[in-house]
This record gives sequence, structure tokens and C-alpha cells, in this order.
Amino acid sequence: MTPDVHVTLKAVTRVYPAHSGHAAVQALGPIDFGLRRGEFVGVVGPSGCGKSTLLETVAGLAMPTTGTVTFEGAPVRHQVPDGVGVVFQEDATFPWLTVRDNVAFGLQRAGVDAAEITRRVDDAIAFMGLNAFRTAYPSQLSGGMRQRVCIARTLVLRPRLILLDEPFGALDQQTRLLMGEELLRLWRETGATVMLITHALDEAAMLSDRVAVMSSRPGRFISVLETHWPRERDSRIVSEPGFGLFTSRLWELIRDESRKALGIA
Amino acid sequence: MKHPALWRSAIAGGLVLALEVLCRTGVINAFTMIPPSKMLVALANMMRHADWFWADARYTFQNVAAAIVLSIVPGFLIGLVIHALPRLRRVLNPVLLSYYSVPTFVFYPLLIVIFGIGQLSLTIMGAMFGVVAMISSTLTAIDRIPRVYGKVARVMRINRWRTALRITLPAATPHLFTGVKLAVAYSVIGVIAGEFILATAGLGRRLSLSFNEFDNATMYGLILLIFIVVAIINGVLQRWEARIYRRWYRA
Repeated sequence: MTPDVHVTLKAVTRVYPAHSGHAAVQALGPIDFGLRRGEFVGVVGPSGCGKSTLLETVAGLAMPTTGTVTFEGAPVRHQVPDGVGVVFQEDATFPWLTVRDNVAFGLQRAGVDAAEITRRVDDAIAFMGLNAFRTAYPSQLSGGMRQRVCIARTLVLRPRLILLDEPFGALDQQTRLLMGEELLRLWRETGATVMLITHALDEAAMLSDRVAVMSSRPGRFISVLETHWPRERDSRIVSEPGFGLFTSRLWELIRDESRKALGIA
Repeated sequence: MKHPALWRSAIAGGLVLALEVLCRTGVINAFTMIPPSKMLVALANMMRHADWFWADARYTFQNVAAAIVLSIVPGFLIGLVIHALPRLRRVLNPVLLSYYSVPTFVFYPLLIVIFGIGQLSLTIMGAMFGVVAMISSTLTAIDRIPRVYGKVARVMRINRWRTALRITLPAATPHLFTGVKLAVAYSVIGVIAGEFILATAGLGRRLSLSFNEFDNATMYGLILLIFIVVAIINGVLQRWEARIYRRWYRA
């Protein structure tokens, strides 16, 4: 294993077996890929190409049918490895808990002592700009703020690999841009490796060091493009001339695959 | 309509008043029903003077409380297990759906043979009535929990037991209220009816005795008492449920 490779996928496929008269479906792969330690990788692809399946496979939430996933040199099998955090597209806040208790939830489970929980939770809440809402319930927050609670809940566990499955999918464009900035800040300050699944090409282009483009089902990586953005970047990068060119390049790669996915190729 | 609670109270009050008038004017004859005001007086007299009252009331409400607990706790746990085993659920589904079409009371003589006449038979009778409502409600409640919570539990590497306690139970709570309310109602029915048919003590037995002796004052006083107790329990559950819904869905 190359020292700076954090996650490795080797010939990973995922096949949903035949059932109730339906034929088996190959959802993914084969995929060979390595995530470098500390980089931000975006994954884009047509609808139904297996992006979320890929994320679940990397996380250990689903097992590959063939091939292997390794995280920090150890194979990922049947359970999410320590050091991996996942933020989902759906609202995953617990409505019966306050913001503070939502954020502390995983730490309490991990048996961290009370003083340390308070310190980490306070830091995460402050980092995500939720100080004024510590005692609020999720129903009192907007969709963007709830997603920040979910990110804070992941952050307190100090993951070395953060997987994000279209975390801003339900948000409006302005909020997405601002949440993207928060995510970049988080990535820079934690030094974590980040893999972001998204259907938004501009989001992937703005946030990522590299963008992997997937084919229509079964999802494979048809191209992996380097953005060459500086590490210190924010949403203003969208006004750079290079940004438009990069996004156009992504669209060129993905257009035919999207047509195939829609059945209009 | 503004102030639905006020309207509800007004309608209930109106119905009680109408019943009072119908009984007092003889439209409903005194042999069939006594006026609500007399039911209240009869209940108050029983509470103050009847030497059997508190012992029988304690007997019945102990049985009801035990039946409610035996409906709700095992009902929830059995629901959890059935939900975790989809094949078992497919097998049991027809049984759960048709359970209340079977007259459960046919098992009461069997319970008496096995456990004797007494609190255990009555409690089991009450629980047999309530437990399936709780199982069905638990299954529906868990079905309605967002799947993402299960993924969150796995990402946080929380074991199944802790997930059930810390995530599944609270997430299912608002949807479990239907089962809890039904379990309470069915437990009361099971216990009172069991006592009515065959028991050595209890308000159901007193009901049966007063019915056979044409003692309308005692019979309606007891019916009123049972009605008031069940209404209070349901009122408390309703308020609790409404509070949770407000907190969860106020947006």
C-alpha cells in the first residue's frame, strides 16, 4: 500500500441477487480507486448509477459482492470501522433530543467521560455555528441547520474519513454554497479525508481536489479529474474562469451516461 | 371550528344533561337507567359507606395495571423480535390480523383450569386482549421509523440492544401511543369482563351481582367509576402524545 493512500478499492463490485422473478442487478463496478490521506474527493454520476451503493460499500454498511475495500490498511468487512463518519442526505437528527444531546449521542455510546463530552460537543457546536440553538429541538431548526447538527454529530467522533451522501441535496442553492464553505473549513481544520457523493456538478467542482465521474449502471469510474484548486478556497471559486471550464468538462463526461440512464441515448 | 376542546366538553355536557332530563321525565324508565346525577351520588355513597368498595376497587385496578404492563412491555418486545425477523412476520401476519375476530374469552375457562379463579387468570385474560394490539402497533411504529436511523446506529457501532433502547424505542414512541391506548382499553375490558363472568372479588363481580339483583344504583355507580378512570388514563395519554407531537413536528 502506498503510504499516503487512506482508502483502497480493488475490483469492487456489488450485485443485487435475483429475487421474486427479477433478474440479478449489477449495481456497481468493477471499481479500482485509492483515496489519498487528507484529500477531498467528489463523486458524480447519473441518477441510479450506484453512487450511494459505493459510499455504503466504502463505509462498511454494505459488503462488496467481489473485490475488497481497505481503510488504513485493514479490510472493511460487515461493520463500519472506527474512524469513519458518515453524513446522510436524509434528515438523521433525532427529534426527541436537543441539538446538544444529538451532537453528544455518539460520544455517550463510546463511553467518553462527561467532561470530555462537554468539551468536544461545545467545540463542534461552536464550529458549526449552532451556539444559539444548543437547547433547541430539530423541529425548531431549518433543513440546513439540521444538516449542520448531523455534521457536528459526526465531527465530535473525530473521524479520519468522512463520507457524505448528498448531504445538501435538500437545500436551496445559496444554502448549499454556504454549507459547502463550512465543509471546506471543516476539512481543512480536521485534516480528514473526505469523500462526497453528489449529483451537483458545481458542488463537486467547488469542493473537491479530485472528482470521480461514474458511468450509468453498473457504476464504474470513467474518469477521475484533478481540480488543482488551492487548499484555501471557498464558494467564490465559482466565479473563476477555470471553474466553468472544469464544470463543462464534467458535464461532457457525464452527459452521455445521463442520457443512457434516462433511456434516451 | 375554534376551541375544539371546549366544543367537545359542551357536547359531552349536553348529552349528560339530555340523559338527565330523559331519565327524570320518565322517557327512560328508572328500571332501565338512573339519571347521571344519581349515578354520581350512588358512587359517592359507595366510596364512603360500602365496606367492599375499596377492597374490590384495589383488586380490579391491580389486575388492570398488571394486564396493561403485561400487554405493553411484552407486546413491544415481541413486536421488536417479529420486526427483526421478516420471515416470522410473514408467517404471523394473518394471525395478528385476524386475532380480534376470535372470541378470546373462550380461553377464560382454560385459564381458570390452569391458574385457578383469581388474579392471575384475570390478569392473563386482560393481557391476552391487549398484547396483540401492542404487537401490531409496535410493528407499524417501527415500519415508520426513518431507515437512516438504523444506518446512523451502525455508523456509531451501537449494538442491537442499545439501538432498540436508545433509538428504536424513542423514535417509535409517537406511533406507539395507538397501541398503548388500545392495550389500556382492552386490558380494562378483559379484566372487568373476566370478573363479571367468574371471580371471587373485583368491581366486575360487583357489577354482575348488582345486575342480577336489579340494584341499578350500584351498577350504574360502578359503570361511572370505570368510565371515569378509563377517561382519565386516556386523557393523560392523549396529553402526553400531543406534547410529543408538538415537540417533534412544531415546524
